[in-house]
Amino acid sequence: MEKVTIIHSRTVILPQADIDTDQILPARFLTTTTRAGMGDALFADWRYDSAGGLNKDFPLNKPEAQGCRILVAGNNFGCGSSREHAPWGLVDFGFKAVISTAFADIFRNNALKNGLVPILVDEATHQWLMDNPGAEISVDVGKRQLLLPDGSVVDFPIDDFSRYCLIEGIDQLGYLLKQSDHISHFEQQHS
Amino acid sequence: MGLAGIGGSLMGGKSLFQKVWENHIVVPETADTPAVLYIDLHLIHEVTTPQAFSVLKERELEVRRPDRTLATMDHSTPTVPVTGLEDLDRVSDPAAAAQIRALAKNCRQFGIELHGFDSEHRGIVHVIGPELGATQPGKTIVCGDSHTSTHGAFGALSFGIGTTEVGHVLATQCLLQRRPKTLAVNISGAVPDGVTAKDIILAIIGQVGVDGGVGHVIEYRGDAITGLDMDQRMTVCNMSIEAGARSGMIAPDDTTYEYLSGRPAAPAGADWDAALKHWQSLPSDLDARFDKEITIDATMLQPMVTFGTNPGMVIPVSGVIPPDTGDISFRQALDYMGLQSGAPIAGTPVDVVFVGSCTNSRISDLRQTAAILKGRRIAPNVHMLVVPGSQSIKAQAEAEGLDKIFEAAGAQWRESGCSMCLGMNGDTVPSGQLCVSTSNRNFEGRQGIGARTILASPATAAASAIRGCVSDVNNIN
Repeated sequence: MEKVTIIHSRTVILPQADIDTDQILPARFLTTTTRAGMGDALFADWRYDSAGGLNKDFPLNKPEAQGCRILVAGNNFGCGSSREHAPWGLVDFGFKAVISTAFADIFRNNALKNGLVPILVDEATHQWLMDNPGAEISVDVGKRQLLLPDGSVVDFPIDDFSRYCLIEGIDQLGYLLKQSDHISHFEQQHS
Repeated sequence: MGLAGIGGSLMGGKSLFQKVWENHIVVPETADTPAVLYIDLHLIHEVTTPQAFSVLKERELEVRRPDRTLATMDHSTPTVPVTGLEDLDRVSDPAAAAQIRALAKNCRQFGIELHGFDSEHRGIVHVIGPELGATQPGKTIVCGDSHTSTHGAFGALSFGIGTTEVGHVLATQCLLQRRPKTLAVNISGAVPDGVTAKDIILAIIGQVGVDGGVGHVIEYRGDAITGLDMDQRMTVCNMSIEAGARSGMIAPDDTTYEYLSGRPAAPAGADWDAALKHWQSLPSDLDARFDKEITIDATMLQPMVTFGTNPGMVIPVSGVIPPDTGDISFRQALDYMGLQSGAPIAGTPVDVVFVGSCTNSRISDLRQTAAILKGRRIAPNVHMLVVPGSQSIKAQAEAEGLDKIFEAAGAQWRESGCSMCLGMNGDTVPSGQLCVSTSNRNFEGRQGIGARTILASPATAAASAIRGCVSDVNNIN
């Protein structure tokens, strides 16, 4: 996995609360057997019109949103299904971090395994970000800090293990495989 | 008393969750590292596994415990009859057919038991686990599907995982996990007539909210829960994720043991006696503590339906749509649904009715639906689909003559699968049409692009099919 340390970008805003994984990546795109190209299907029902053209009113389609790496979304982002296609789509589209006041558990887990940083912020910070679309901000994963344009610093929580895996680009399967002796011992005790 | 005993008494008793969790710790969690948690049963299906198997192949890894892995095909499978994998091209989208064939190939390569088209046990993954007796109290059960919480009805710790974690379990039979918090939902009192398990869980989600359970495992408690049969308990636990919870559990009891006894994968003979002794030790201790607790008066419950685009937007079927809060998500939801604040939900015209999904496709759900449809016809403008949860349930329903009741009423009777719950197999609701559905999610586009979903119990769905509009089953007779 690619190392994720500092992310510097303008933000793009999706203000709705409870954006579910069926919005992020609709089910009809889940018949794939690879991880490739999921960015094209990201937010498909919001991003495209019924003829397949780009919906010009959708925030991600606006000229000022191009190249944004940080998505700011309403509360409880990623609720619903366990489909990892949702973070695959966000990453393939170009996002490196999502900011919200709450994340669904499975989405959060899936995001971290794909180098997409879920950033949990307080209501006041969230409101400021909502009110200032396109704000240029920095995320320092190592320091667990968000740097806002006025120079203020906001701490965000991320557990030590996830942070370590992000900044070192650690693949968790490798870590688990190294536990093989413990696993064998457990299996012998519980057979 | 030793130090551990004193510590134990100071800490209070243990909850069901805590007991199952502790029994599966391979390496304890520390401040720096999550726990390594052992997984007893890994359920897999065609949609969330191909990329995980690819990782195994790239890294030349084996499936550590194929004997603890159970596969079925359900999400993108057709609900019209097919004779086998080679027959899929006739009815399926090419990508869906390729995905189903990939699962069959992967299962063959890695030695995993697959309930494919030739199996009488094929069905929705969360229906067949319990049906086979593979789902048991005290087990840890995972699947690349968020409704894995269903298995918690047996006192198992079960939760949905992403595809990367599917790969972790295939390769190591373990997951890296931080211990979740616990939420006790106490529901006591006599459940009024006409109120089903679906209404209970919709009411709970309405109260807890779609994010109220985030980071928690729910334990459903109280006599309104212990009075439910296993099918109903599964309906309740199934939708725990809809309250944001990691999982939902119900303590095992005689109802659980009676259900499991004699099932193919359940223990038998001396093994059964040993298992039973273990299972009986699992319910939460009387002095167990929970991180959060809520109480619901069961006597106040009513048949419930959703009106918006998440399962927390729920009202009694006899109720009116709540006032506009000015919230952008609320407005977007009502716009999408084509509904107005202040209007009664009953009487809203219905185009499609779907009875099925891992929430409500078991034999008792089908019996409930048939009891209302018997001797009646669905409204002429309504298209109704009844999809059993498994091929075994299909056979049972046909043995009881339920299929004839559905067809005589004008409904379509299909092969098992997830079907119109998420519309991956081509069973979709046309854009702009409204579907009363016994499934679990009313998200925008869930049942098809532009489809509008009202979640309800099988009884409410059947009543609505007959009337051609959202209807209270109590007004049907």
